[in-house]
Amino acid sequence: MRERPHWRGCGRLANARFMTNSTVPASPEAGPINPGVGELFLAFVKVALSGFGAALPWARRMIVEQKRWMTAQEFNESFALAQFLPGPNVVNFSVVFGARFAGVPGALAAFLGLMLPPLVIVLILAVLYARFGELAVLSRVLSGVVCAAIGLLIATVAKMAKPLFTRGWDWAPLIALAAIVGVAILRWPLPYVFLGLAPVSIALAWFRKAAP
Amino acid sequence: MSGGGNVLLTMAGYFASLSLFAFGGANAAIPEMQRVSVDVMHWMTAKEFNDTFAIAQMSPGPNVIIVALIGYHVAGLPGAGVATLAMCGPTCALAFVLSRVWDRFKAARWRAALQNGLVPVALGLIAASVIVIARTADHDLVGVAITAVTAIVAFTTRLNPLWLFAAAGVIGLTGLV
Repeated sequence: MRERPHWRGCGRLANARFMTNSTVPASPEAGPINPGVGELFLAFVKVALSGFGAALPWARRMIVEQKRWMTAQEFNESFALAQFLPGPNVVNFSVVFGARFAGVPGALAAFLGLMLPPLVIVLILAVLYARFGELAVLSRVLSGVVCAAIGLLIATVAKMAKPLFTRGWDWAPLIALAAIVGVAILRWPLPYVFLGLAPVSIALAWFRKAAP
Repeated sequence: MSGGGNVLLTMAGYFASLSLFAFGGANAAIPEMQRVSVDVMHWMTAKEFNDTFAIAQMSPGPNVIIVALIGYHVAGLPGAGVATLAMCGPTCALAFVLSRVWDRFKAARWRAALQNGLVPVALGLIAASVIVIARTADHDLVGVAITAVTAIVAFTTRLNPLWLFAAAGVIGLTGLV
């Protein structure tokens, strides 16, 4: 009776770590190692604390390469859903991933693991900002940092745009441009711009697919 | 900060509905957050919003954490909790439900059209964030140079962005930006 929980709690984790060792060949019969609720929580804590800006590469590394909870293909398919849905992508993914292995408790564990540590850190920063935000020194530092943060965002956009252009999506840049003009230049509310553009874009994608 | 309950309810409703249009993630919703926080609700100034954005980007974890900062600014700790849950709750529930049926439609033409059609919209929304933030931040040559260098380095290398933020912070400290 005492053996089993011990094996579940520690053995699997130890085993998963052991298997990442390149000297140990992974046996194809072994199948996926199903994580428990505690492991899910800890795994997403680690993902949350490793990633700045983009948590996705860290989630992939942890889940596919280190723990082998999913194959690369499974990860891509699961993530595609989270990415396609509105809202925070990695957060959506944590819920889908946690639920897949441990139902609702798993979804909650993954979500809390991903959100709680960054929340604590960011709130400490918020308290400091509320107290010292008026200081010219801090204000100047943040003025510099925000310029870099914009640059990071531009790199993200460029990485997203690359496959669109190589795939030869003639209309895609026009849709993106219309969204930019509507939201950033005309400053229309996001729901209006989205509801105006999304149906057009989806229809174009539908008919393009039909074309030979 | 007055009428605590009302502010919390307003924020909860606002972020919950915003999340349903945030295709492309939290970064796609930045212009709308800025429009409402600064222009409509007057929760903060444009400079405060930019500072908030910078702090969120410097922090580890998902970008959506910016809503916790906005919530904290408006209504303290309860505000941070309410804003975060409102922004994450609806779409997480949606993801949870859809993940059970999504695979069934793998070959469906509408699924491909939906996925492919939304990409350029999301891309445009994130690009719009760049313009909205840059409008108040990049007001001189040094600022534009920091942005350009960061963009190029982040696009071509896998350097941890924290180094770029640190360098930019030091340049900011000297008062050049």
